[in-house]
Amino acid sequence: MLRLVSRPTSTGRLGKVACYGSSPRGNVRFCVGLVWLLKGWRKIGHRSISSTSARQQDITLTVDGKEVTVPQGSALIQACEAAGSVVPRFCYHDRLVRRRLLDCFMCLVEVERSPKPVASCAMPAMPGSKVFTNTPLVHEAREGVMEFLLANHPLDCPICDQGGECDLQDQSMRYGSDRTRFHEITGKRAVENKDLGTSRVEELGTTGRGNDMQIGMYVEKTMDSELSGNIIDLCPVGALTSKPYAFHARPWELKNTESIDVLDAVGSNIRVDSRGVQVMRIQPRTNDDVNEEWISDKTRYAYDGLKFQRLTTPLIKEGDRFVPATWEEALQRIADGLTASGAKDDEIQAVAGHLADTESLVALKDFVNRLGSDNLTIDQVNGNAPPPHGVDVRSNYLFNATIPGVESADVILLVGTNPRHEAAVLNSRIRKSWLHTGLEVGLIGEPADTTYGYDYLGADTKALADLVAGKGAFAEKFKAAKRPLLIVGSGLSEHPDSAAAYNALAKFAEKHKNTLITPEWNGFSVLHRIASRPATYDIGFVPSKRATTTKPKFIYLLNADEVDPKSIPRDAFVVYQGHHGDLGASLADVCLPAAAYTEKSVTWVNTEGRSQLGCAAVPPLGASREDWKIIRALSEIVGTPLPYDDVLSLRDRMWEISPTLVRYDMTERTSVDVALAGLKTLAAATAGAKVSGEAFQKPITNFYQTDPISRASVTMAQCTRAFVKGDKEEFGRGHSSETTSYA
Amino acid sequence: MSLARPRLGVGLSHRLLVRQRSTAPHSALITYRSISSSRCSHAAPLDRHGSLEGPVRIRSPAATGTLTAQDEPDKHTDSYKDGPSAIDKAVHLFFFTEILRGMWIVMENFFRPPYTIMYPYEKGPLSPRFRGEHALRRYPSGEERCIACKLCEAICPAQAITIESEARQDGSRRTTKYDIDMTKCIYCGFCQEACPVDAIVETQNQEFSTETREELLYNKAKLLANGDRVEAEIAANLHSDHVYR
Repeated sequence: MLRLVSRPTSTGRLGKVACYGSSPRGNVRFCVGLVWLLKGWRKIGHRSISSTSARQQDITLTVDGKEVTVPQGSALIQACEAAGSVVPRFCYHDRLVRRRLLDCFMCLVEVERSPKPVASCAMPAMPGSKVFTNTPLVHEAREGVMEFLLANHPLDCPICDQGGECDLQDQSMRYGSDRTRFHEITGKRAVENKDLGTSRVEELGTTGRGNDMQIGMYVEKTMDSELSGNIIDLCPVGALTSKPYAFHARPWELKNTESIDVLDAVGSNIRVDSRGVQVMRIQPRTNDDVNEEWISDKTRYAYDGLKFQRLTTPLIKEGDRFVPATWEEALQRIADGLTASGAKDDEIQAVAGHLADTESLVALKDFVNRLGSDNLTIDQVNGNAPPPHGVDVRSNYLFNATIPGVESADVILLVGTNPRHEAAVLNSRIRKSWLHTGLEVGLIGEPADTTYGYDYLGADTKALADLVAGKGAFAEKFKAAKRPLLIVGSGLSEHPDSAAAYNALAKFAEKHKNTLITPEWNGFSVLHRIASRPATYDIGFVPSKRATTTKPKFIYLLNADEVDPKSIPRDAFVVYQGHHGDLGASLADVCLPAAAYTEKSVTWVNTEGRSQLGCAAVPPLGASREDWKIIRALSEIVGTPLPYDDVLSLRDRMWEISPTLVRYDMTERTSVDVALAGLKTLAAATAGAKVSGEAFQKPITNFYQTDPISRASVTMAQCTRAFVKGDKEEFGRGHSSETTSYA
Repeated sequence: MSLARPRLGVGLSHRLLVRQRSTAPHSALITYRSISSSRCSHAAPLDRHGSLEGPVRIRSPAATGTLTAQDEPDKHTDSYKDGPSAIDKAVHLFFFTEILRGMWIVMENFFRPPYTIMYPYEKGPLSPRFRGEHALRRYPSGEERCIACKLCEAICPAQAITIESEARQDGSRRTTKYDIDMTKCIYCGFCQEACPVDAIVETQNQEFSTETREELLYNKAKLLANGDRVEAEIAANLHSDHVYR
């Protein structure tokens, strides 16, 4: 996963612990600093309840002759930034828990009446002080620091993956001197490097053994995190680079496309870097309302699944085999199959899968409705029944508190969910809040390692009922909370007791409505884990009561790969539309190749109900087409053409269904009255549900393989082997052999 | 007012000369001689050292840098001082000296045996910097030099180079594909300038024409074979030029 650039140590033997042997003095220490930050992502660290972020007084100082006002206690570097003066830095990062490491000393500035330049990241801003960032003294200081940083730096930029997007490169160009007093081997350094092989590599740069050991330990321990890939972005130099991406491409040959991740329902903003028709890597894009600047490892590394097991041409099943066909043949075959199966009305079933985009869901719903059917099911357990929470009131199935809102909650109750696996980025927000404030967390459901401490309340509906009845200490805490947050897992609606559980939750919310649902705050939040689900509910892609009991004769699987093969009648005609040859395709009579999420510009609605527009980074593979176009074409052949010919008129149709679907990048709050009415309806609809007493299950057992893309990914398979199956030996061996010195 | 030829050995275009306002007293005489009219200058060895720069050498006054009239407004400068006098010019004009000089060259060459390089059997000298067919080099150990940094691909103005890379089994960065489309290549030599390890070079081979277009789409094997074939020559050329790099 994470690739540590490593070189043999002086003994010539590469230890199993990967270490970065030659780096600028500071780099190793940055990384050690990152340890401090990232420890958090794995283990339960120390809580500093005292450091609550109280509002502090503002102070005023002068930077480069410009007056700025910053909150008291902010660092000088922040003041400089506020004044618009650029201060170079390596080791300072705004979002780090321990953000001033005081390692690189690149951020030196001149302060009046100070004999020496001061490191602005560690110096608190003082009222009335005069700061200069652009004087000869500062320039000289930066040059000197840069010279020291580069003293031990190996000159292997041509083979370094960071080359071209390296802070050290950029800053040494801008602030460094053009000559050095540290003489290396003359001539072309990389040649020497190559020539000499491993024996003299340590001459290019050595650091203390102690530092190396620290990094090694850090990696061994924090590898087991869902967010570990983010340290690659944090590392300003090439000491930590992405292993799957290693040596494959250069930053300048990549096309950057800003898009949306679909491997969980957070809707992380990503940047897809592609070269030609291939996605080379995926990086986070800053959006403070969603993912800040982090993404989960699945988001980051599962892209190699887009290369394998793809459907590239329409396939028709003949006997036991799939035969490649043209689009005309395949669509005609479906039309014939629909007629031959004799399916009419609710016998025509459409199944909405995990990776179905909003446009195609709307098109499919319109298509199936035009054929006279209401049999719209969801690709999950109990998906053929209307969901217990209903789809009439949006606040019943969305994450109403919003993702940034999690940080303002003071008590969180998790019901049937493990946010760490269902929304890893959101989980880091809970942890951040847990570390810095007095946040209390309670959990009902299967116990999980959530990276923060919680009160365990039980595993089933009984625990929930106890809580509603006000039994236990946590019920008191919840009652006393100013901003309580109730996070309901998406797995709950798949549970046999889902109706009873939702009934209890509705009552519980009703009971705490004074704090839980206020004009500023709606703490009743459903955490989805499937990218398509909120949109599915938004457009009302749910079966009618009558359709639930109908036996289908024609089944249209739209990206549905989690279906239970037994639920499909033997004589039914099955169409699969999707991008991977996964479970769904194996059940089908006709497979229609569609575009994956990096290949189409479509709308995704995240768990908050925030619709975001993804962007096509690469063209669809082979003969595959955008999903909604396939359905549009099929509707023509079947004889009930859909009324939209381009994506804009389709989005007009979406606007008719729900304006929120096309109001991009914003969430819409449900008013208190409507939210309460929704809960009341929910309670009434689920009243008197039977209770089986079965324990709530975690919906995700393997974080790394949850959908066809991640199941086809080699990297995710390695992660599964290493972290889920615990086969560390195997992974470790492969890892160390692949990270031997490249120098 | 000399008609003597040897000193006229190599002239450059007169525009350049006029702009330089050369200080050489006779430079005006050779102003209108083009390089093509001089005697086989490309084949005959130049007799005078430094005559290439001879009459048009850019001279700056000692220790003054670029001193111009603007720098010293008080000083009267006569820009015609060192040039030919008006009488000189009138004499040239009235006695058709330029025409006579040209006719003289025509006559001279009329009696001279023709000079032709019998190309395939006889070849002109090539500079060590000559940019011909490409080659990929290896280290003496047999290891290929290319480290897949893709700087050549990035700098190639014709976008003739395509590289794909990945980590090799031993963890080193290597190309899996190194293609040059020789039909696109403009032989600018930027690739060899950009290469940090002197892996891609342009050899002195200029005779690689082919019968089909496809043969000019070179792959890594072909380039490495080129390198293996002429490694000694490449190394000698690089060495002869290394002081300038």
